[in-house]
Amino acid sequence: MRRESHLLPAEALFRQSIPAGDFWIDSLKKDQRLRIVDVEGNQAADTLFYNARDTAERYSAVDTIREQRNVYLSCGSKLLSTAGNVLAEIVADTVGRHDTLGGACAAESNTVRYALEKRTMHSCRDSYLLAAARHDHLGIAKRDLTHNINFFMNVPVTAAGGLTFADGLSGPGQYVEIRAAMDIIVLISNCPQLNNPCNAYNPTPLEVLIWNADVR
Amino acid sequence: MNVRTSSYQTLIEGGKHWSFTMRAGMHLRLTDADGGANVGMLFYNPQNTLERYNAPDTLKCQHTFKLTAGHCLYSDMGRIFCSVTEDSVGWHDTVCGSSSQQSVQQRWGIHRYQEHRNDWYQNGTDAFLVEAGKYGLGRRDLAANVNWFSKVATAEDGTLNFDSTNSGAGQFVGLRFEMDTLVLLHTCPHPLNPAPLYPRKAVHLQFSEAQPVADDDLCRNSRPENARGFANTEFYRLCGVHGGEAR
Repeated sequence: MRRESHLLPAEALFRQSIPAGDFWIDSLKKDQRLRIVDVEGNQAADTLFYNARDTAERYSAVDTIREQRNVYLSCGSKLLSTAGNVLAEIVADTVGRHDTLGGACAAESNTVRYALEKRTMHSCRDSYLLAAARHDHLGIAKRDLTHNINFFMNVPVTAAGGLTFADGLSGPGQYVEIRAAMDIIVLISNCPQLNNPCNAYNPTPLEVLIWNADVR
Repeated sequence: MNVRTSSYQTLIEGGKHWSFTMRAGMHLRLTDADGGANVGMLFYNPQNTLERYNAPDTLKCQHTFKLTAGHCLYSDMGRIFCSVTEDSVGWHDTVCGSSSQQSVQQRWGIHRYQEHRNDWYQNGTDAFLVEAGKYGLGRRDLAANVNWFSKVATAEDGTLNFDSTNSGAGQFVGLRFEMDTLVLLHTCPHPLNPAPLYPRKAVHLQFSEAQPVADDDLCRNSRPENARGFANTEFYRLCGVHGGEAR
Protein backbone atom coordinates (compact mmCIF):
# COMPACT_ATOMS: atom_id res chain seq x y z
CA MET A 1 0.00 0.00 0.00
CA ARG A 2 1.34 3.41 -0.93
CA ARG A 3 1.06 6.31 1.47
CA GLU A 4 2.84 9.66 1.42
CA SER A 5 4.27 11.26 4.52
CA HIS A 6 3.34 14.73 5.69
CA LEU A 7 6.70 15.28 7.41
CA LEU A 8 8.71 18.20 6.04
CA PRO A 9 12.44 17.82 5.35
CA ALA A 10 12.96 21.33 6.74
CA GLU A 11 11.77 20.09 10.15
CA ALA A 12 14.00 17.00 10.20
CA LEU A 13 16.38 16.59 13.11
CA PHE A 14 18.99 14.95 10.90
CA ARG A 15 19.64 14.64 7.20
CA GLN A 16 22.49 12.83 5.50
CA SER A 17 23.41 11.33 2.15
CA ILE A 18 24.75 7.76 1.99
CA PRO A 19 26.93 7.29 -1.10
CA ALA A 20 26.72 3.94 -2.90
CA GLY A 21 29.08 1.41 -1.37
CA ASP A 22 29.01 3.17 1.99
CA PHE A 23 27.11 2.37 5.18
CA TRP A 24 25.20 4.28 7.83
CA ILE A 25 24.66 3.13 11.40
CA ASP A 26 22.78 5.13 14.02
CA SER A 27 20.20 4.75 16.75
CA LEU A 28 16.56 5.83 16.76
CA LYS A 29 14.57 6.58 19.90
CA LYS A 30 11.11 5.08 20.24
CA ASP A 31 8.62 6.98 18.05
CA GLN A 32 11.29 8.77 16.04
CA ARG A 33 10.77 8.44 12.30
CA LEU A 34 13.35 7.54 9.70
CA ARG A 35 12.87 8.21 6.01
CA ILE A 36 15.08 6.51 3.45
CA VAL A 37 15.04 8.22 0.05
CA ASP A 38 15.93 6.50 -3.21
CA VAL A 39 17.44 9.73 -4.58
CA GLU A 40 18.09 8.73 -8.20
CA GLY A 41 15.90 5.59 -8.37
CA ASN A 42 16.31 1.79 -8.44
CA GLN A 43 18.88 1.72 -5.66
CA ALA A 44 18.79 -0.94 -2.91
CA ALA A 45 18.94 0.02 0.78
CA ASP A 46 20.04 -3.16 2.58
CA THR A 47 18.77 -2.54 6.09
CA LEU A 48 19.04 -4.27 9.48
CA PHE A 49 17.42 -3.28 12.79
CA TYR A 50 18.45 -4.17 16.36
CA ASN A 51 16.95 -3.63 19.78
CA ALA A 52 19.29 -0.89 21.09
CA ARG A 53 19.25 -2.38 24.59
CA ASP A 54 19.88 -5.99 23.53
CA THR A 55 21.43 -6.37 20.10
CA ALA A 56 20.92 -10.15 20.20
CA GLU A 57 17.28 -9.23 19.53
CA ARG A 58 17.20 -8.13 15.91
CA TYR A 59 15.10 -7.89 12.79
CA SER A 60 13.75 -11.25 11.69
CA ALA A 61 12.62 -11.52 8.09
CA VAL A 62 10.98 -14.92 8.61
CA ASP A 63 9.00 -13.86 11.68
CA THR A 64 7.95 -10.64 9.94
CA ILE A 65 6.62 -12.27 6.78
CA ARG A 66 5.03 -15.21 8.60
CA GLU A 67 3.12 -13.06 11.08
CA GLN A 68 1.84 -10.64 8.41
CA ARG A 69 1.13 -13.64 6.13
CA ASN A 70 2.77 -11.90 3.20
CA VAL A 71 6.24 -12.01 1.63
CA TYR A 72 6.32 -8.33 0.63
CA LEU A 73 6.80 -5.32 2.88
CA SER A 74 4.90 -2.06 2.50
CA CYS A 75 3.07 0.61 4.48
CA GLY A 76 1.56 -1.04 7.56
CA SER A 77 4.15 -3.81 7.78
CA LYS A 78 5.30 -4.35 11.34
CA LEU A 79 8.99 -5.26 11.39
CA LEU A 80 9.30 -8.01 13.97
CA SER A 81 12.32 -9.10 15.99
CA THR A 82 13.66 -12.59 16.60
CA ALA A 83 11.73 -12.44 19.90
CA GLY A 84 8.47 -11.57 18.14
CA ASN A 85 8.43 -7.93 19.27
CA VAL A 86 7.73 -4.99 16.96
CA LEU A 87 10.97 -3.10 16.30
CA ALA A 88 9.46 -0.62 13.87
CA GLU A 89 6.52 -0.10 11.54
CA ILE A 90 6.49 1.14 7.97
CA VAL A 91 4.30 4.25 8.21
CA ALA A 92 4.80 5.78 4.76
CA ASP A 93 5.82 4.26 1.45
CA THR A 94 5.60 5.76 -2.03
CA VAL A 95 6.85 2.56 -3.71
CA GLY A 96 4.37 -0.09 -2.53
CA ARG A 97 6.57 -3.16 -2.30
CA HIS A 98 9.95 -3.98 -0.75
CA ASP A 99 11.91 -7.23 -0.59
CA THR A 100 13.02 -9.12 2.50
CA LEU A 101 13.78 -12.52 0.92
CA GLY A 102 16.90 -11.78 -1.11
CA GLY A 103 19.31 -10.86 1.65
CA ALA A 104 22.45 -8.80 1.19
CA CYS A 105 25.14 -9.33 -1.41
CA ALA A 106 28.47 -10.70 -0.17
CA ALA A 107 31.80 -11.28 -1.87
CA GLU A 108 31.24 -15.01 -1.43
CA SER A 109 27.68 -15.16 -2.77
CA ASN A 110 28.79 -12.97 -5.69
CA THR A 111 31.20 -15.75 -6.73
CA VAL A 112 28.26 -18.13 -6.92
CA ARG A 113 25.80 -15.78 -8.54
CA TYR A 114 28.04 -14.13 -11.12
CA ALA A 115 31.58 -15.56 -11.48
CA LEU A 116 34.36 -16.87 -9.24
CA GLU A 117 36.53 -13.92 -10.29
CA LYS A 118 34.05 -11.47 -8.70
CA ARG A 119 35.36 -12.46 -5.26
CA THR A 120 37.19 -9.21 -4.65
CA MET A 121 34.34 -6.87 -5.58
CA HIS A 122 32.75 -4.66 -2.93
CA SER A 123 29.55 -5.92 -1.30
CA CYS A 124 26.92 -5.08 1.30
CA ARG A 125 28.28 -7.65 3.71
CA ASP A 126 31.73 -6.05 3.56
CA SER A 127 30.10 -2.72 4.45
CA TYR A 128 28.19 -4.39 7.30
CA LEU A 129 31.39 -6.00 8.64
CA LEU A 130 33.25 -2.69 8.58
CA ALA A 131 30.34 -0.93 10.29
CA ALA A 132 30.28 -3.63 12.98
CA ALA A 133 34.04 -3.46 13.50
CA ARG A 134 34.12 0.33 13.77
CA HIS A 135 31.22 0.26 16.24
CA ASP A 136 32.16 -2.86 18.17
CA HIS A 137 30.90 -1.27 21.40
CA LEU A 138 27.41 -2.11 20.08
CA GLY A 139 28.14 -5.84 20.26
CA ILE A 140 27.19 -6.42 16.64
CA ALA A 141 29.46 -8.85 14.78
CA LYS A 142 29.28 -11.27 11.86
CA ARG A 143 26.75 -13.58 13.55
CA ASP A 144 24.39 -10.61 13.89
CA LEU A 145 24.54 -9.69 10.21
CA THR A 146 21.52 -11.64 9.04
CA HIS A 147 18.58 -11.70 6.71
CA ASN A 148 17.89 -8.03 6.01
CA ILE A 149 15.34 -5.84 4.26
CA ASN A 150 16.08 -4.60 0.75
CA PHE A 151 14.14 -1.37 0.58
CA PHE A 152 13.31 -0.40 -3.03
CA MET A 153 14.06 -3.92 -4.37
CA ASN A 154 11.39 -5.87 -6.24
CA VAL A 155 11.74 -9.66 -5.95
CA PRO A 156 8.45 -11.28 -7.03
CA VAL A 157 7.68 -14.85 -5.96
CA THR A 158 5.73 -17.00 -8.42
CA ALA A 159 2.88 -19.35 -7.48
CA ALA A 160 5.07 -22.25 -8.68
CA GLY A 161 7.78 -21.36 -6.16
CA GLY A 162 10.16 -19.38 -8.36
CA LEU A 163 12.01 -16.24 -7.35
CA THR A 164 12.44 -13.51 -9.93
CA PHE A 165 14.40 -10.28 -9.87
CA ALA A 166 12.25 -7.72 -11.59
CA ASP A 167 12.80 -4.12 -12.50
CA GLY A 168 12.38 -1.95 -9.45
CA LEU A 169 9.04 -0.31 -8.73
CA SER A 170 10.97 2.58 -7.28
CA GLY A 171 12.17 5.73 -9.01
CA PRO A 172 13.93 9.03 -8.32
CA GLY A 173 12.77 10.61 -5.05
CA GLN A 174 10.67 7.63 -3.90
CA TYR A 175 10.92 6.93 -0.20
CA VAL A 176 9.93 4.68 2.66
CA GLU A 177 9.44 5.85 6.23
CA ILE A 178 9.51 3.82 9.44
CA ARG A 179 8.53 4.71 13.00
CA ALA A 180 10.60 3.09 15.74
CA ALA A 181 8.44 1.04 18.13
CA MET A 182 11.30 0.81 20.65
CA ASP A 183 14.81 2.25 20.89
CA ILE A 184 16.57 0.67 17.92
CA ILE A 185 19.85 0.65 16.02
CA VAL A 186 19.59 0.96 12.25
CA LEU A 187 22.32 -0.33 9.93
CA ILE A 188 22.06 0.46 6.21
CA SER A 189 24.39 -0.61 3.44
CA ASN A 190 23.85 1.38 0.27
CA CYS A 191 24.32 -1.55 -2.09
CA PRO A 192 27.50 -1.38 -4.24
CA GLN A 193 26.41 -4.22 -6.56
CA LEU A 194 27.82 -3.78 -10.09
CA ASN A 195 26.68 -7.15 -11.48
CA ASN A 196 22.92 -6.90 -11.17
CA PRO A 197 20.76 -5.20 -13.80
CA CYS A 198 18.31 -4.14 -11.03
CA ASN A 199 20.19 -0.86 -10.58
CA ALA A 200 21.22 -0.61 -14.25
CA TYR A 201 24.79 -1.42 -13.08
CA ASN A 202 24.88 2.08 -11.64
CA PRO A 203 24.62 2.31 -7.84
CA THR A 204 23.52 5.77 -6.70
CA PRO A 205 23.20 7.68 -3.38
CA LEU A 206 20.51 7.24 -0.75
CA GLU A 207 19.43 9.87 1.73
CA VAL A 208 18.25 9.39 5.31
CA LEU A 209 16.22 11.86 7.38
CA ILE A 210 15.11 11.59 11.03
CA TRP A 211 12.22 13.40 12.72
CA ASN A 212 11.51 13.57 16.41
CA ALA A 213 8.30 12.06 17.72
CA ASP A 214 6.76 15.45 18.54
CA VAL A 215 6.97 16.74 14.96
CA ARG A 216 3.46 16.53 13.53
CA MET B 1 40.47 -55.57 10.47
CA ASN B 2 38.91 -52.20 9.87
CA VAL B 3 35.29 -52.59 10.86
CA ARG B 4 33.19 -49.55 10.13
CA THR B 5 29.48 -49.06 10.43
CA SER B 6 28.36 -47.81 7.04
CA SER B 7 24.77 -47.04 7.89
CA TYR B 8 22.62 -46.03 10.81
CA GLN B 9 18.95 -45.35 11.25
CA THR B 10 16.70 -43.98 13.94
CA LEU B 11 13.28 -42.48 14.55
CA ILE B 12 12.77 -39.03 16.04
CA GLU B 13 9.34 -38.57 17.52
CA GLY B 14 7.30 -35.43 16.88
CA GLY B 15 7.94 -32.34 19.00
CA LYS B 16 11.58 -33.28 19.76
CA HIS B 17 15.08 -32.12 18.82
CA TRP B 18 18.52 -33.56 18.07
CA SER B 19 21.87 -32.63 16.53
CA PHE B 20 24.86 -34.37 14.92
CA THR B 21 27.80 -33.70 12.65
CA MET B 22 27.76 -35.03 9.11
CA ARG B 23 31.01 -35.81 7.33
CA ALA B 24 31.48 -34.74 3.72
CA GLY B 25 30.36 -37.61 1.53
CA MET B 26 27.57 -38.82 3.80
CA HIS B 27 23.92 -39.05 2.87
CA LEU B 28 20.92 -38.42 5.09
CA ARG B 29 17.43 -39.46 4.09
CA LEU B 30 14.50 -38.03 6.06
CA THR B 31 11.23 -39.94 5.82
CA ASP B 32 7.89 -38.61 6.98
CA ALA B 33 6.68 -41.50 9.18
CA ASP B 34 3.07 -40.44 9.77
CA GLY B 35 2.32 -37.83 7.09
CA GLY B 36 2.26 -34.11 7.77
CA ALA B 37 5.75 -34.00 9.30
CA ASN B 38 7.87 -30.89 9.74
CA VAL B 39 11.62 -30.96 10.33
CA GLY B 40 13.21 -27.63 11.23
CA MET B 41 16.91 -27.70 10.30
CA LEU B 42 19.94 -25.43 10.63
CA PHE B 43 23.49 -26.03 9.34
CA TYR B 44 26.89 -24.81 10.57
CA ASN B 45 30.53 -25.44 9.70
CA PRO B 46 31.76 -27.35 12.78
CA GLN B 47 35.29 -25.93 12.32
CA ASN B 48 34.02 -22.35 12.26
CA THR B 49 30.43 -22.06 13.36
CA LEU B 50 30.32 -18.44 12.15
CA GLU B 51 29.80 -20.06 8.76
CA ARG B 52 26.14 -21.08 8.69
CA TYR B 53 23.18 -21.83 6.46
CA ASN B 54 22.03 -18.76 4.58
CA ALA B 55 18.47 -19.01 3.30
CA PRO B 56 18.54 -15.77 1.26
CA ASP B 57 21.72 -16.82 -0.59
CA THR B 58 20.28 -20.30 -1.14
CA LEU B 59 17.12 -18.83 -2.67
CA LYS B 60 18.64 -16.04 -4.75
CA CYS B 61 21.54 -18.15 -6.08
CA GLN B 62 19.03 -20.62 -7.49
CA HIS B 63 16.15 -18.22 -8.25
CA THR B 64 13.80 -20.29 -6.13
CA PHE B 65 11.38 -19.78 -3.27
CA LYS B 66 10.99 -23.49 -2.50
CA LEU B 67 13.54 -26.26 -1.98
CA THR B 68 13.44 -29.58 -3.85
CA ALA B 69 15.67 -32.10 -5.68
CA GLY B 70 18.46 -30.40 -7.62
CA HIS B 71 18.87 -27.58 -5.13
CA CYS B 72 21.94 -26.94 -2.99
CA LEU B 73 21.88 -25.48 0.52
CA TYR B 74 24.41 -22.67 0.76
CA SER B 75 26.43 -21.27 3.62
CA ASP B 76 26.98 -17.53 3.89
CA MET B 77 30.52 -18.17 2.55
CA GLY B 78 29.42 -19.28 -0.91
CA ARG B 79 29.90 -22.97 -0.15
CA ILE B 80 27.47 -25.88 -0.20
CA PHE B 81 26.62 -27.72 3.00
CA CYS B 82 24.47 -30.28 1.23
CA SER B 83 22.65 -31.04 -2.00
CA VAL B 84 19.07 -32.23 -2.25
CA THR B 85 19.66 -35.40 -4.27
CA GLU B 86 16.19 -36.95 -3.99
CA ASP B 87 12.76 -35.67 -3.04
CA SER B 88 9.37 -37.33 -3.30
CA VAL B 89 7.62 -34.26 -1.82
CA GLY B 90 8.42 -31.44 -4.25
CA TRP B 91 8.29 -28.41 -1.98
CA HIS B 92 10.06 -27.60 1.29
CA ASP B 93 9.85 -24.22 3.03
CA THR B 94 12.74 -22.06 4.18
CA VAL B 95 11.07 -18.67 4.71
CA CYS B 96 8.68 -19.15 7.63
CA GLY B 97 11.06 -19.79 10.54
CA SER B 98 10.10 -21.74 13.63
CA SER B 99 7.36 -21.72 16.22
CA SER B 100 7.99 -20.05 19.60
CA GLN B 101 6.79 -20.79 23.11
CA GLN B 102 4.29 -17.97 22.72
CA SER B 103 2.94 -19.08 19.34
CA VAL B 104 2.55 -22.71 20.44
CA GLN B 105 0.71 -21.67 23.60
CA GLN B 106 -1.58 -19.37 21.63
CA ARG B 107 -2.54 -22.09 19.15
CA TRP B 108 -2.55 -25.25 21.23
CA GLY B 109 -2.53 -24.17 24.87
CA ILE B 110 -0.04 -24.83 27.62
CA HIS B 111 1.21 -28.39 27.98
CA ARG B 112 4.02 -28.24 30.52
CA TYR B 113 6.52 -30.98 31.22
CA GLN B 114 5.27 -31.17 34.84
CA GLU B 115 1.86 -32.49 33.79
CA HIS B 116 2.55 -34.07 30.41
CA ARG B 117 6.11 -35.41 30.62
CA ASN B 118 7.26 -36.51 27.12
CA ASP B 119 4.02 -35.22 25.60
CA TRP B 120 4.73 -31.61 26.52
CA TYR B 121 4.41 -29.06 23.71
CA GLN B 122 7.94 -28.21 22.61
CA ASN B 123 8.46 -25.29 20.19
CA GLY B 124 10.97 -24.93 17.37
CA THR B 125 12.87 -21.90 18.65
CA ASP B 126 13.49 -23.35 22.13
CA ALA B 127 14.44 -26.68 20.51
CA PHE B 128 17.08 -24.93 18.37
CA LEU B 129 18.37 -22.94 21.35
CA VAL B 130 18.91 -26.14 23.35
CA GLU B 131 20.78 -27.89 20.52
CA ALA B 132 22.75 -24.74 19.60
CA GLY B 133 23.84 -24.34 23.21
CA LYS B 134 25.60 -27.71 23.09
CA TYR B 135 28.10 -26.19 20.66
CA GLY B 136 28.49 -22.82 22.35
CA LEU B 137 25.93 -21.19 20.06
CA GLY B 138 23.05 -19.02 21.20
CA ARG B 139 20.34 -16.52 20.27
CA ARG B 140 22.64 -14.59 17.95
CA ASP B 141 23.43 -17.75 15.98
CA LEU B 142 19.95 -18.86 14.96
CA ALA B 143 19.01 -18.07 11.38
CA ALA B 144 16.21 -18.70 8.90
CA ASN B 145 15.86 -22.49 8.97
CA VAL B 146 14.62 -25.10 6.52
CA ASN B 147 11.22 -26.66 7.24
CA TRP B 148 11.42 -30.03 5.48
CA PHE B 149 8.06 -31.49 4.35
CA SER B 150 6.23 -28.15 4.73
CA LYS B 151 4.87 -26.09 1.85
CA VAL B 152 3.96 -22.44 2.02
CA ALA B 153 3.07 -20.99 -1.39
CA THR B 154 2.24 -17.40 -2.28
CA ALA B 155 -0.68 -15.76 -4.05
CA GLU B 156 -0.17 -13.05 -6.68
CA ASP B 157 -0.24 -10.35 -3.99
CA GLY B 158 2.30 -12.18 -1.84
CA THR B 159 -0.17 -13.73 0.62
CA LEU B 160 1.21 -16.91 2.24
CA ASN B 161 -0.79 -20.15 2.14
CA PHE B 162 0.16 -23.21 4.19
CA ASP B 163 -0.60 -26.50 2.40
CA SER B 164 -1.68 -29.13 4.94
CA THR B 165 -1.62 -31.87 2.28
CA ASN B 166 1.98 -31.42 1.16
CA SER B 167 3.51 -34.59 2.60
CA GLY B 168 2.10 -38.03 3.34
CA ALA B 169 3.41 -41.05 5.25
CA GLY B 170 6.47 -42.52 3.51
CA GLN B 171 7.45 -39.36 1.62
CA PHE B 172 11.17 -38.65 1.78
CA VAL B 173 13.91 -36.16 1.01
CA GLY B 174 17.62 -37.01 0.70
CA LEU B 175 20.63 -34.81 1.43
CA ARG B 176 24.20 -35.42 0.29
CA PHE B 177 26.70 -33.51 2.42
CA GLU B 178 29.39 -31.74 0.42
CA MET B 179 31.36 -30.55 3.47
CA ASP B 180 31.50 -31.44 7.15
CA THR B 181 28.35 -29.97 8.65
CA LEU B 182 26.88 -29.54 12.09
CA VAL B 183 23.14 -30.21 11.79
CA LEU B 184 20.59 -28.98 14.33
CA LEU B 185 17.06 -30.29 13.92
CA HIS B 186 13.67 -30.29 15.54
CA THR B 187 10.42 -32.06 14.74
CA CYS B 188 8.14 -29.35 16.14
CA PRO B 189 5.10 -28.27 14.07
CA HIS B 190 5.50 -25.72 11.28
CA PRO B 191 4.62 -22.28 12.68
CA LEU B 192 1.74 -21.88 10.21
CA ASN B 193 0.25 -25.35 10.78
CA PRO B 194 -3.45 -24.72 11.54
CA ALA B 195 -4.16 -28.22 12.95
CA PRO B 196 -6.62 -28.13 15.87
CA LEU B 197 -4.42 -30.46 17.93
CA TYR B 198 -0.63 -30.12 18.39
CA PRO B 199 0.68 -32.18 15.42
CA ARG B 200 3.15 -34.71 16.77
CA LYS B 201 4.74 -36.23 13.67
CA ALA B 202 7.67 -38.62 13.76
CA VAL B 203 10.51 -38.64 11.23
CA HIS B 204 12.74 -41.52 10.24
CA LEU B 205 16.45 -40.71 9.70
CA GLN B 206 18.68 -42.92 7.57
CA PHE B 207 22.44 -42.22 7.48
CA SER B 208 24.65 -43.80 4.83
CA GLU B 209 27.66 -43.24 2.57
CA ALA B 210 26.73 -41.12 -0.44
CA GLN B 211 27.56 -42.10 -4.00
CA PRO B 212 30.46 -40.01 -5.36
CA VAL B 213 29.43 -36.83 -7.18
CA ALA B 214 29.31 -37.77 -10.87
CA ASP B 215 30.03 -35.43 -13.76
CA ASP B 216 26.35 -35.45 -14.68
CA ASP B 217 25.21 -34.87 -11.08
CA LEU B 218 21.73 -33.36 -10.86
CA CYS B 219 22.55 -30.73 -8.22
CA ARG B 220 25.89 -29.67 -9.65
CA ASN B 221 24.39 -29.19 -13.11
CA SER B 222 20.96 -27.83 -12.29
CA ARG B 223 22.24 -24.24 -12.56
CA PRO B 224 25.59 -22.64 -13.47
CA GLU B 225 25.55 -21.08 -9.99
CA ASN B 226 25.76 -24.54 -8.42
CA ALA B 227 28.82 -25.49 -10.50
CA ARG B 228 30.50 -22.43 -8.95
CA GLY B 229 29.22 -23.37 -5.49
CA PHE B 230 30.80 -26.80 -5.93
CA ALA B 231 34.05 -25.15 -7.11
CA ASN B 232 34.13 -23.01 -3.93
CA THR B 233 33.49 -26.09 -1.77
CA GLU B 234 36.19 -28.10 -3.58
CA PHE B 235 38.71 -25.28 -3.09
CA TYR B 236 37.97 -25.38 0.62
CA ARG B 237 38.61 -29.13 0.62
CA LEU B 238 41.84 -28.65 -1.37
CA CYS B 239 43.10 -26.28 1.30
CA GLY B 240 42.63 -29.05 3.84
CA VAL B 241 40.77 -26.86 6.31
CA HIS B 242 37.90 -29.19 5.99
CA GLY B 243 37.59 -32.84 6.71
CA GLY B 244 36.53 -35.94 4.91
CA GLU B 245 39.49 -38.15 4.04
CA ALA B 246 41.84 -35.18 3.82
CA ARG B 247 41.68 -34.45 7.53
